[in-house]
Amino acid sequence: MALNRWTQGAALAALLAAAPAFADDSTVTIGMILPMTGPSASTGKQERAGAELYLKEHGDTVAGKKIVLSIKDDTGAADVTKRLAQELVANDHAAVLMGFGLTPLALAAAPIATEAKVPEIVTAAATAMITEKSPYVVRTSFTLPQASAPMADWALKNGVKKVVTIVTDYGPGVDAEKWFGETFEKGGGTISQKIRVPLKNPDFAPFLQRMADDKPDAVFVFVPSGFGSIFMKQFVERGLDKSGIKLIGTGDVTDDDLLGDIGDSALGAVTAHHYSAAHDSPENKAFVAAFEKANNGMRPNFMAVAAYDGMALVYKALEKTKGDASGDALLGAMKGMSWTSPRGPVSIDPETRDIVQNIYVRKVEKKDGALWNVEFATIPDVKDPYKASKH
Amino acid sequence: MSEADRTRRIEAHLSRRARWRWPEIVFWLALFAIIVLVPSRAALINEILVAGLFALSLDLILGLTGIVSLGQAAFLGVGAYAAAILASLDYADPTLGLAVGALVAAVVGFATAPLLLRGSDLTRLMVTLGVSLMLGELANRNAWLTGGADGLNFTMGKVLDLFPIGFTGQRNAALYSFGVLFVLFALARRLRQSPFGLALAAIRENRLRAGALGIATNWRIIAVYTVSAAYAGAAGALLAQTTQIVSLDLFDFHRSADVLLMLIIGGAGWLYGGIVGAAAFIVLRDVISAATPEYWEFWIGLLLVVLVMVGRERLQDLARRAVSRLAPKLARGGAA
Amino acid sequence: MLTILFDGIAYGMLLFVLASGLSVTLGLMNFINLAHGAFAMVGGYVTALMMARLGAPFLLTLPVAFVVPAVLGVVLERTLYRKLYGASPLDQVLFTIGLVLMAMPIADFFLGNEARQVNLPAWLSGSLSLYGVGVSRYRLFIVAVCGVIAAALQLFLVRTRFGAQLRAAVDDARVANGLGIDVDRIFAVAFAVGSGLAGLGGALAADVVGGIDPSFPVKFLVTFLIVVTVGGSNGILGALFGALLLGILDVAGKYYVPSIGAFIIYAVMVLTLIVRPQGLFARGDR
Repeated sequence: MALNRWTQGAALAALLAAAPAFADDSTVTIGMILPMTGPSASTGKQERAGAELYLKEHGDTVAGKKIVLSIKDDTGAADVTKRLAQELVANDHAAVLMGFGLTPLALAAAPIATEAKVPEIVTAAATAMITEKSPYVVRTSFTLPQASAPMADWALKNGVKKVVTIVTDYGPGVDAEKWFGETFEKGGGTISQKIRVPLKNPDFAPFLQRMADDKPDAVFVFVPSGFGSIFMKQFVERGLDKSGIKLIGTGDVTDDDLLGDIGDSALGAVTAHHYSAAHDSPENKAFVAAFEKANNGMRPNFMAVAAYDGMALVYKALEKTKGDASGDALLGAMKGMSWTSPRGPVSIDPETRDIVQNIYVRKVEKKDGALWNVEFATIPDVKDPYKASKH
Repeated sequence: MSEADRTRRIEAHLSRRARWRWPEIVFWLALFAIIVLVPSRAALINEILVAGLFALSLDLILGLTGIVSLGQAAFLGVGAYAAAILASLDYADPTLGLAVGALVAAVVGFATAPLLLRGSDLTRLMVTLGVSLMLGELANRNAWLTGGADGLNFTMGKVLDLFPIGFTGQRNAALYSFGVLFVLFALARRLRQSPFGLALAAIRENRLRAGALGIATNWRIIAVYTVSAAYAGAAGALLAQTTQIVSLDLFDFHRSADVLLMLIIGGAGWLYGGIVGAAAFIVLRDVISAATPEYWEFWIGLLLVVLVMVGRERLQDLARRAVSRLAPKLARGGAA
Repeated sequence: MLTILFDGIAYGMLLFVLASGLSVTLGLMNFINLAHGAFAMVGGYVTALMMARLGAPFLLTLPVAFVVPAVLGVVLERTLYRKLYGASPLDQVLFTIGLVLMAMPIADFFLGNEARQVNLPAWLSGSLSLYGVGVSRYRLFIVAVCGVIAAALQLFLVRTRFGAQLRAAVDDARVANGLGIDVDRIFAVAFAVGSGLAGLGGALAADVVGGIDPSFPVKFLVTFLIVVTVGGSNGILGALFGALLLGILDVAGKYYVPSIGAFIIYAVMVLTLIVRPQGLFARGDR
């Protein structure tokens, strides 16, 4: 085996030596780290499509710099994310890190962002505290408290008195449970039961039964996108849609990515979220049409729009710094930046670096034979309540 | 031939086998040289070294003893979390973390080893898998200690109080992993040549017959499984310390499956297989997924299918024959 | 209480339908076929796409969801699998993991990453009330279909000449061949049945597990394996009882003690294997 081994060794050495590519001053590399394979691959796919659409629409030159978008697959493993972030910064001289499908993945890159002074734009992970882990983290997606607290306000105003919460048992789920629950109880409502469901769970039957036994006015649900269709179907399958229990939640459960295909079981669900593909604005209509055209009819979801906005943020920051791509200059330009996204007006809170955006209350309705999250109420300029509560 | 003569001849044969041969020395020097010469890929090399150690841990039970496992990730995870929790409690010395990680994993390995003694290969695959998934769930449930699904971020101290590891010390991290891998490899090599190692080989060839020869097979299996767990725990601690983050996917099925693939690609039973396989697997993944981040799995899958269809034994035989012309002694030692 | 029991049975039946094909290839043929989920995925896609693109009725797609993966299974068996019948479990694991790794990107490439839903006809959706207990119609349907499959398979594999020949061929292919049994043909047919059942399982389960997507082969891999190992190698009945046991314990556990929900299925498996290393229903009770 030795010969084999030596040739392999030599090949490895040659390969490694050839790897470092030196970026010159006229290019700006955006290192986008996403789960492209594994259980979160659908997030990666939407994000990639969103970022590439922006690049296609706006050209690869901004403020005299050529933009290079380098997409890497971290398979959803935090140690790989960390390595890719290190290599993107050290070898490819990436000016910005972007993406991060799950909370631990975003946290893995945070120390590198701090140490290398490179902005880390989180375009997916939604646990509130991520932006506190490094002064270089900026977020263009959303936080779960941002979507959950308005949902509680809406429920209180619409005659819902007793709620059971069902959330997936991990960081974002706990955030959603806490912020919905606290806001709801503060407003005089009752949370009669808090149910946490394991992350890998193909069957909601026992949890739905526990919930139904309590006879609440509504059930508040958070499940990661991808599990929404299972939850919806089993909710209807048990006849709970006819039991008078309202289904409310964050927009993850009626993810646009799945909604077109989910069937009538989702009809009537009320959710609060920052983006719906049905959002009524010229920017969004153009975005959805271009996205579907470029991606074989795939409907954009909130992941795609966050990646699209992530790119927009980099472009706008580069314009403001007149092409200065050093970390602190870019970060400074990003803070306080405001623009019109397909989801509506958004801005980056200069203090928390989290996104400030409208939260919409939506109901699943049928339009032209397909299901859409149709917005019927708007809560303007919502800041992340988690950070607001600390100030 | 007298009894004493025979003993002497066997001893001479064994000590000949135990000697380090020049290709091995070249291998380690080359590995060291790569780390020094290619600092830009230090993080990737570090990942290879850690995966190599992890695969070596599997080789101890699979290659030397013939015990299959789909749950080696249990010990990777336990070792990693032990080191991470220790570091987050401000005991940031890497060497201490490494020792604790290996020790805790060894304890878990010792406790679960009796599960391997009965049943078929399939039973063992499933029991080990079940244990790793249960430990992963345990880590998920005890978020106060492990950070749950958010993972655990922490900072490490300097290795031996001298060399910082982390973003600015990526090469130090790779060298640290290299040092640990080399020491543990040398110990494993020694173990393979020892009477204990020979007994394991007897168990691998025929467990019934080994028992009939008076070898306490059960205790040998428990012992080697504990050692293997300690090795995997050390790999986990290294991974945690050099990346300074741990997350629940360390316990995942795919970790156990990947390490099995690495070991089998490199060839089980000759101890170098894990390192070679880890290097081949990770470099391939890096190259292919740079070109096609969504579809790299297809090419790895194709490689596996071809590897099995052509016959990995035949490939390894071919390689061995090529070696025997170059370095006759190693080929004989390596074939054992 | 009754609802929980029914949910448990229904969930167990779902597990059974997903794993029954594997209980043929792994349980009876002794082939560690980790690519089982890939065949299930094919069946699920067949049903989902036939309904969405051709407007075919659900029931009509089910036979096709059996036949397509079965044919695919035979082709793969004749060209690749058969070379590994005598091989070590490691080779089988390596080979079938390779197949899974290839199947997922292929599905992703041609059909995209989003989950394809199977939308049930009206007469199968919703629930009906039995003795005051709300029972999902589709779960009732699954329970019925599974009962039929289990009975048919058990008869086919145990009572018929074919079944006896298959068992003989698995135990000792050379001797069976010498006795005039066409071992090649027997294995090909058995493998086709296994793959076809996998496809049928995928099609039936698609609605309950949230649709079929490219990660399906690995998402439920561990679940399939657990059902078959707990059940043991005694053909179909083992898998059926194993699946029911796991289903009932899992649902009851999650209902009464939700905080340990995720542990139950693993713990049941490990405990079963400690007590009975060959599974609950081992052939010949070795």
